[in-house]
Amino acid sequence: MIGARRLVAIVGVAAAAGLAVFATWSRASRADAPARVIDGAGATLPFPLYAKWSSELLRVDGTLRINYQPLGSGAGIRQMSDGVIDFGATDEPLTDEQLKDAGRDLVHVPMTIGAVVLAYNVPGVPELKLTPDVIADVFRGTITRWDDPRLREANASVTMPSEPIKVVHRADGSGTSATLTTYLARNSEAWRADVGLGVSPRFPVGVGSRGSDGVTAYVKSTPFAIGYVELTYAKQASLPIALVRNRAGNFVAPSIESLDRAARSALDRVPDDLRISLVDSDDPGAYPLTALSFLVLPRDSRDREKGEALARFAWWGLHEGQRYAAALDYAPLPRELVAHGERVVRELRAGGEPVRVAYEGNGG
Amino acid sequence: MTPSALPSSSREAPRALRITDAARGSGDRVFGAVGAVAAGFLGLVLVTVAVCVVHLAWPSIRETGLSFFGTSAWDPARDVYGALAFVWGTAMTSVVALCLAVPIGLGVAVFLTDLGPRPLRRPVSSLVELLAAIPSVVYGLWAAFVVAPLLRSSIEPALAAIGGPLFRGPPMGVGILCASIVLAIMVLPTIATVSRDVLAAVPSELREGALALGATSWDVVRLVVVPHARRGLFGAVLLGFGRAVGETIAVATVIGSRADVSLSLFAPGYTMSSVIANEFPSATSDLHVAALAEVGLLLFVVTVAFNVAARLLVRGERYGRALTVPAGNR
Repeated sequence: MIGARRLVAIVGVAAAAGLAVFATWSRASRADAPARVIDGAGATLPFPLYAKWSSELLRVDGTLRINYQPLGSGAGIRQMSDGVIDFGATDEPLTDEQLKDAGRDLVHVPMTIGAVVLAYNVPGVPELKLTPDVIADVFRGTITRWDDPRLREANASVTMPSEPIKVVHRADGSGTSATLTTYLARNSEAWRADVGLGVSPRFPVGVGSRGSDGVTAYVKSTPFAIGYVELTYAKQASLPIALVRNRAGNFVAPSIESLDRAARSALDRVPDDLRISLVDSDDPGAYPLTALSFLVLPRDSRDREKGEALARFAWWGLHEGQRYAAALDYAPLPRELVAHGERVVRELRAGGEPVRVAYEGNGG
Repeated sequence: MTPSALPSSSREAPRALRITDAARGSGDRVFGAVGAVAAGFLGLVLVTVAVCVVHLAWPSIRETGLSFFGTSAWDPARDVYGALAFVWGTAMTSVVALCLAVPIGLGVAVFLTDLGPRPLRRPVSSLVELLAAIPSVVYGLWAAFVVAPLLRSSIEPALAAIGGPLFRGPPMGVGILCASIVLAIMVLPTIATVSRDVLAAVPSELREGALALGATSWDVVRLVVVPHARRGLFGAVLLGFGRAVGETIAVATVIGSRADVSLSLFAPGYTMSSVIANEFPSATSDLHVAALAEVGLLLFVVTVAFNVAARLLVRGERYGRALTVPAGNR
């Protein structure tokens, strides 16, 4: 009898744990939520901006609630393909294969432009210049000390300390990892062969930390550390940010201007479905680690209310939303990209019919 | 029901039955049915979880086979998956955590049952139980902001001076050692409270007998109480081990997240639970999801096995022996 009770206790504990996991898992799939709440998930890079939008939009239109979970671009893509959320957000456009595998027809709307920066903590080094080869070799583990000749060569004006480099990278899947590895893979053959690119690359050295905040905290608290994060996080922690060499050979700091240059240089090659990357632009003033963040929406929403809410959110973000970008260290979209976005939003449908939203010239 | 309670209740049963026969019959049946449904539901959930995880992991089981457990290459960007580094990291952190927590946990238990001054026993006991109530994410933050910098700046350099394979490499702060220390603190309440109950169940006749023969308090603990409770104490350690193996968020925060097999305590590592927490939300390829599910399946099997083994041992100690020995005296 005691045996049975014990067994029930064991089974109970395991079951409770199982239920908790299941509850978290299925949280995003609430089907009975009120129609004017739209659920989204994905990239962490634009999260501070989307959070601001969500509160501003609620002030303008009290019935429209945006519930956005910053789970990472990979999660946004997967949950969107599985149809458990109303919209996804990603810093990397979906690949042809991902679009084909998705359970529904998806479109991309560009929303904002952000920067992935290399933040470091090296006492006595106020300015650091990095070439793609050096970044690749630091994150690959072939450059291990701050006074390595190749680091000294690019930074002749400062005395590099004789200390080991402590590399920190993202442990969870992230669009920032994708942006960095895309840039490195394009510029370093060794990187392409050793590591490759993607949201969850296998870094041969260093420690992994969870989230941009985790990486920031590690760099902040660890002398001689270097890591990559979204610009806002490095600024808020007042960490020094490295200048990165772009395709034209200039060392450029991330700024609204250098992000804008990257975006403008890509305008003449925007495809119909808007899937472009701003990484490694050839404009001489462009910051190379520039990420264009997209909303991923269903072309045809099953639910009319949701379809209208999504169109309204995207439209508002393309217009009024851009005003909040600069204060949070994002570059506002160039007018041409906004126009591309408008075209896609106007073509959104719900239940097979065009979505009825009052598209005023300036959003409304 | 305990064996000692059985005889008395069966003596009184006939009279009670005569009075409320009908009412009691239906009440019992309803209550029994409700209980059976509840118990059955829990069992069903356990089985469902197991079946779902196997189903989710199936592509990986089919694709990688046994090599999944034999290689530490884990590269989602190339769809290459091997779980050896996670198994290694889990074993390493759990064992180191136990090395730290078992002596302290047993010390606390002995203090609470035999050696400590009586007025202190209750407050110390509550303090230890309080440790178990702190959410694990709080332990994680504390470890990241307090333990890791301390390790990096003073403790690890000091250990590095000792040398040897365990203390090799640059002091990073986060890594196997940091995770083990946090785990040690987290499993301490489990080990201490279960050991306390096990020690308390040692019949006082044995203690009194030893004292009467001239043993000191220390002798009683060393020669009588601990040897008598050996099996239960081992169970307490196993329960602590089960807890350490499954702990997720606190470990994920400070383990350093590297899928590598290294003997050094300074090196960053990875555990089965923390890789699932880090990668599952953003896993895009089907094989990646399946591989994570297979890691989860492995973790599930290991924790269930340890918990069942530990509970069997502790049960034998707490109920079996405690009741059989005094039965002869009463």
